[in-house]
Amino acid sequence: MNAEILDWSLLIAQFLLGIGMLACLYRMARGPRAQDRILALDALYVVALLVLVTLGIRSDSQVYFELAMLVGLLGFVGTVALAKFLMRGEVIE
Amino acid sequence: MMEDLPLWLALTVSFLVILGALITMAGCLGLLRLKTFYLRVHAPTMGTSMGGGLILLASALYFTVTQDRLVLHEIAIFVFVSVTTPVTLMLLSRAALFRDRVEGMMEVPARPSGKGISGIGVSEETS
Repeated sequence: MNAEILDWSLLIAQFLLGIGMLACLYRMARGPRAQDRILALDALYVVALLVLVTLGIRSDSQVYFELAMLVGLLGFVGTVALAKFLMRGEVIE
Repeated sequence: MMEDLPLWLALTVSFLVILGALITMAGCLGLLRLKTFYLRVHAPTMGTSMGGGLILLASALYFTVTQDRLVLHEIAIFVFVSVTTPVTLMLLSRAALFRDRVEGMMEVPARPSGKGISGIGVSEETS
């Protein structure tokens, strides 16, 4: 019974996070300029990290934690590289 | 899989996770609704600070109780995300400011003329 409460609320939370991801995807597809798209990609990375954490609670395994950490790292590096590309026109000088 | 959880744990974790997901969703909807880029750059930080903090706290609480030991890995993610987000967003908004100035948009403030003012840092040196 208690596990069912937790399972359903995690499902609801994943649904809400999915709506957020759709909003980010819309901004990434429609964003008037490149910086809007990069901002949306950064937000998408963070929401994906949170979805992975909720998935980890739902399936009661710690494997998803490492995945979430990896997504966070890659999101940081990717956004910094893209912002640098916008400013200088090249990533590695 | 999830057998005999205590009721208080189920309710607390559910509350934290749903509240965090709601806050994150509000931030992402702000990405849709706000008008200009410089307004929009504020919106996703709701998800990275408060929403992410609540969801990661729920995860830490759940695994601490179910595994009978202190599980604090999630704090690592929280610290990492909350340290890197301001850095990336500041770099991104500097890049956007630089691009807007190059294109001569009227909405952005002009570059300060004095040598002593270094308010915008990197974009001063580039051109």
